[in-house]
This record gives sequence, C-alpha cells and structure tokens, in this order.
Amino acid sequence: MRIAVIDENPVRAAIMEDGLAEVGERDVFVISERNGMARAIETIDPDVILIDLGNPSRDMLEEYFSVSRAISRPIAMFVEQSDDDAIAAAIDAGVSAYIVDGLSQRRLKPILDLAVRRFQAFSRLQTELKEARDALSEREVVDRAKKILIRKRGLSEPDAHKLLRDHAMNSNKRMAEVAESIVTAELLLGGDL
Amino acid sequence: MTLDQMNIGFLPLVDAALPILAQEHGFAEEQGLNLNFIKDVSWASVLDRLLYGHTDAAHLLAPLAIATTLGRGRPAKALSVPFILGLNGNAITMSHKLADIVAPVGMLGDPIAVGNKLKAEISERAKAGSRVRFGVVHRYSGHNYKLRYWLAQCGIAPDRDIDIVTIAPPFAADALASEEVDGICVGEPWNSVAVERGVGRIVLVTAQIWRRGVEKVLAMPTARLDDDREKIERLVRALHFAAKHFIDPENWDANANILARAEYLDGSAKLINRAISDRIMFTAGAQPVDVPDFMFQYREAANFPWISQAAWLYSQMVRWDHLQYSAEDQLRAEQVFRPNVYRTALKGLDTPMPGANAKLEGSVTRNMPVGSTQGRLTLGANPFFDGRVFDPTEVQKYLEALPKA
Repeated sequence: MRIAVIDENPVRAAIMEDGLAEVGERDVFVISERNGMARAIETIDPDVILIDLGNPSRDMLEEYFSVSRAISRPIAMFVEQSDDDAIAAAIDAGVSAYIVDGLSQRRLKPILDLAVRRFQAFSRLQTELKEARDALSEREVVDRAKKILIRKRGLSEPDAHKLLRDHAMNSNKRMAEVAESIVTAELLLGGDL
Repeated sequence: MTLDQMNIGFLPLVDAALPILAQEHGFAEEQGLNLNFIKDVSWASVLDRLLYGHTDAAHLLAPLAIATTLGRGRPAKALSVPFILGLNGNAITMSHKLADIVAPVGMLGDPIAVGNKLKAEISERAKAGSRVRFGVVHRYSGHNYKLRYWLAQCGIAPDRDIDIVTIAPPFAADALASEEVDGICVGEPWNSVAVERGVGRIVLVTAQIWRRGVEKVLAMPTARLDDDREKIERLVRALHFAAKHFIDPENWDANANILARAEYLDGSAKLINRAISDRIMFTAGAQPVDVPDFMFQYREAANFPWISQAAWLYSQMVRWDHLQYSAEDQLRAEQVFRPNVYRTALKGLDTPMPGANAKLEGSVTRNMPVGSTQGRLTLGANPFFDGRVFDPTEVQKYLEALPKA
C-alpha cells in the first residue's frame, strides 16, 4: 500500500511517517513542499493521501482530483460517509484522508486510526511545550519580584523567596501571581525595572 | 442573561465582515448570541468543519453550498443559505507583464476590450508554445464562474485555451509574484495586497461582469437550520443590523481596524478600508479610485437569498462541469437558498422585503421600483456585461444560447 503524507510541518510529518511504520506492508511518502504538489502525487500514485485539515493546498488538491485524467479512479473523502464517529475523530485531530483508489474500509481504518493517534500525540507535544514555556516565564517573573524585594526591603534572597511563598500560601494564590502583582506595582510606581 | 454560543467558520476576507461585526458591535448579543470564530485558509477546511459540526454556520462560497448539496466532489449533504453576506467585491488582478498588453493604465479596463486583447495574446503565446494561466479561489466559486463567463463571451474557451488553477486567497499574491500564474480572480483584500506588493495591477472588478453577482453566503446544514430555526433567525437579524451599520461611512475606519486584527483578517486596515469604501487602488503608487458598486453589503435587499441567483449558479455548474441539465437538480440547487427564513427572521423590521423570491437576473438597466411586502424597494441596474438576461424558468434555453466552450 502506498501512503502519501502531506504536511508542511516537517516535525509532524516525521511523527506521521514513524507512526505509519506500525502498519504492515506499506510505502510512505512525505510531501512538505506546496509547489509542484500535484505532480508529486501523480508520480507517487498513492492509495491513500493523508493531509492536515488546515493545509492551504486542500482546495487545490480537491480541484486536481476532480479534473485529473492521470488519476481516473473514484475519489472520495473518507470511505464511508456513514461512519460519522471516525470522521469526527479524524477532523478533531486535524487530519483528513483522501482515498485515491477504491480502498476498502477494512484496509483503511487502521491507517486512519493511527494517523489520528499520531496527530493527537503531536498536539499533546505542542501543549507540553507551551506549558514548559509558560513555566519558564513564571520563573522569570518570580526572579524579578525577588530582586525588587531584595532592593526595597533589604532582604536576603532566601527571605525574599520565603516572603513570596508565604504570601502566596496565605492568600491562596500562585507564587507567580503574587510576583506579577509586585512587578506590576513597581512598574506603575515608576520603578526603574 | 446567558447567551447561546455559536461557532462560525470563515476565511480571512473582507466579505467575512458581517458575522465578525455582528459580534464586535453587540448586535449578536442583542439577539442573545455569542459568536466564536474559527479561521481557516482553505474552503475545503471551512466546509469540513461545517459538515462535521465544528462550526454551526460558515462564511462560504455560494456555489460551494450548492455543489455540496448536489454531491459534487464528495457525498451529498444538504446545506441551506438564509442570508447573503455580500455581492461582488472581487477583482481580476494581472501580472504587470500581462496587464501592460491587455489593459489600459490608471483605470479599469472595459471587459470586452480587455477580453479581445487577451484573446489575441493567448494565440500569440500559443504560437510560442506557452499558455496564459489564471488562479481562482475554488472550483465552485463565483470567481471561477464570473471569470469563465467573461472569457467565454470574449471567445476564449476556458478549458481549452488557458489554464485555470485553484489557489487559496492568502496565497494568490504569492502565486502572482512567483509567476506561477499570470492573473488571479480573488476577493479583497488579496487583490490590494498584490497591488501593494507591486506584483500586479487590478484590471477588472467582477461587478463589471455581473453588476449584482452573488458572492459569499451564510451556510449551514439544512438539518441544523430546521432543528434550530429560532436561533438561526436571531443570527440572521444580528447580521442584518451589522450590514446596515457596515455601509455607514462613519463606521468605515473603526470596522477596518476591527477586521485587520490578528484573529480576523490579520492584515492592513488601510487596504481593508479600500474595499469597504469602494475606493480601489489599481496599481502601486496610484490614487485610490471610486468604483461604484464594487462591493454590496446591504442596499437593494442585497442580503436577500434570491432563488434566481441560486439557479444561475446551477446553470454555470452544468456548463463548466459538463453536466446533464436536470430540472430536479435545479430545484435542489434553488432550495439551498432560503428566502422564507430570511422573511420570517426580519418580519416587522424596517428593512424592505421583496414581494417575490425570484427575478430575471440581469434585466434591470436603470433604477426600478419593485413590488415589496414591507417598505419600499428599488433595485439598481444589475446587468451582465454582455446584456444577456437569465430567466430561472428557462435554464435550458439559456444554456443553449451561451457560447460553447
């Protein structure tokens, strides 16, 4: 079975490609270039094309399928319109599938399921990355608040930390929130931050 | 009061304005609605999200709503259109190289004169073994149909003499810049973006081809509309008030600024303002020029879904997809447009309401008062550039009389 993965995000495309190794006998082709996509597909002649929902080339691809004589086989989006749950899951994960050949659902289902799992894994990765970044900036704001306390109240670094933590605990807030209000107040009161 | 939530899909185009402004100016809230927006870059994605319930309604190409209902290119699913988001607002922008050959500088071309010169250039290029290539935003778009209507009338066979390819609107200017295409037919602000970047100039606007051509619509699955009729009628009312607000020059600057925001069009307020005010800059460095009727958002019952417009789009689908004409398909296409929903939603308001659901498209040559059931309604000139009149009850005859291509 020949599978073409169209994704302009190379990281996600790689994750897809790895994941599809779990499917038995298959050849996976990754297309990440928008120009010349139609020609690439013609050359690959895939049975299944997996493409991310937000891909700007989707309209072009549908158009190409509807007029191309090179691929004179029936084209459908997903095999069975009736399988709404599977389709909804695929769309939620951001993946669409175009079936280039008349492929039976039995053969296609595992590939789609896998693609969906892979896409979800990728979006989890993105979320974790964002959380890590947020944590980083929280640490920065705490550091800035501590510096203000050290300078204004002549505290040592551990005491400044303790003051922030105690105040956060007593007021049922996160340390970063308390730190942020200190930094904001300093800015408003004309501190030279 | 808790507000009913609705998700609206859209593409970053000026004619997505009404739902956005309905939310931003509080017209949605007045109707007990809170609208969330989901932005995409291709129409296929907007449609997918609509069909599988990510969105409740969407800013959509009118012909795509009909194609989806008729099952063109994918399994059929009935869509309904209770409100037209706008008429026209598109332009044909050509590379400087092609524009210099076929069009005058500093003004809009005459469709027939430009078409004749383009025909000559196409045969010149054919001798040299090259072809002229145009980009449109979707196979099932008003852009594709208006471009083809114009070309065919000028003696150019769109499927034989030139290439027409699909390019998502945000990439149209890029395609022109990289010489992937010689011209684009796209909605604003993407023509102005191409002009501003100096990669082409605006040669024609689609209002010159069909003065009152239907463009984007508010679409939703028919089943959804029937289940939630009352809520959809509230949405139609919010859009109606947004449209009325939109055309007031006092609001243009503010609206351009809202639409320019990152979550909406993520573009230049200056360029968006040109489309809103019908003042178009044809080529980089020139003064914007007033183009009457460039884009229509409210006047003359512009938001009313005329079933004769749906029928015209169906006639072009038959023509360019080489379909067998079928009275049954025409009826299904016409039923996509839902004047009955528009009527009940806006009953008793100040808006003029046409007395009929269909009209002869292209038959009005000067301002003409027409029968209305509420208020007074005058229709402005709505001709096709070739003077042809479309009678929705004579589609087969109409198709036979059109140039063969």
